[in-house]
Amino acid sequence: MTYQTDRNRVRGLGTAHEGAGHWWQQRLTSVALLPLTLLFLFPFARALGQGHQAVLVLYGHIGHALVAVLFLAVGFLHLAQGLQVVIEDYIHGKALRTALLMLNTLACGLFAVAGIFAVAKIAFMG
Amino acid sequence: MAEANRGNRPLSPHLQIYRWQITMVVSILNRMTGVGMAVTAVLLVWWLVAAASSPGYFALVDGILASWPGLLVLTVSLWGLWFHTLNGIRHLVWDSGRGFDLGTVTKSGWAVVAGSVVLTLLTLLVAGGGA
Repeated sequence: MTYQTDRNRVRGLGTAHEGAGHWWQQRLTSVALLPLTLLFLFPFARALGQGHQAVLVLYGHIGHALVAVLFLAVGFLHLAQGLQVVIEDYIHGKALRTALLMLNTLACGLFAVAGIFAVAKIAFMG
Repeated sequence: MAEANRGNRPLSPHLQIYRWQITMVVSILNRMTGVGMAVTAVLLVWWLVAAASSPGYFALVDGILASWPGLLVLTVSLWGLWFHTLNGIRHLVWDSGRGFDLGTVTKSGWAVVAGSVVLTLLTLLVAGGGA
């Protein structure tokens, strides 16, 4: 016999109250990052160490700028998802855990926006 | 119930005396490379913001990243990126329900280690000529 209510059984989320939603979001970002990483990495690595002008030329190109924006957006989302799981696994005090989870979301969002803004500025203004 | 089985159950791994296996090493490294790339991501954004700011500030940040400690961090980051990417593919294959028997898991673990080193060297050869 089960003590679960019918409503809870239908929702199917079990004792973790969450189901597979977060896990599935991680798979989506990881699959998206496979092509984005390859497209971002090689032009970036070639421009590294070539001086300021080389970076402006690289991200002045619309295709490279778009790839960089997508890589930063999806990459920081994937980083936030991963760090969230690490925090949930290792930090057990409720106050510290909640604070770190908030900090994680804020920091990943902030750095993503800063990186995207920088690429956009180079793309639009050179 | 727990009392009845005491002394007769498998113990959970005691990390200091547990025999190291490739599967656990790759699993631990997957987490470490993931967390480590948070540092890489911050450096990347710092470099991009510098490039969007001014030639002088870019020269400062680019110089720090192109110094030998900077290049060491970037090279380790590159390996971490390839390791995490290859092991991510390994995880996606597992998610499809394949590759779970012990022999395959050991082989794919070694393949991730070897592949990450080879791809790091190849990337340095192909794209790292300028740095």
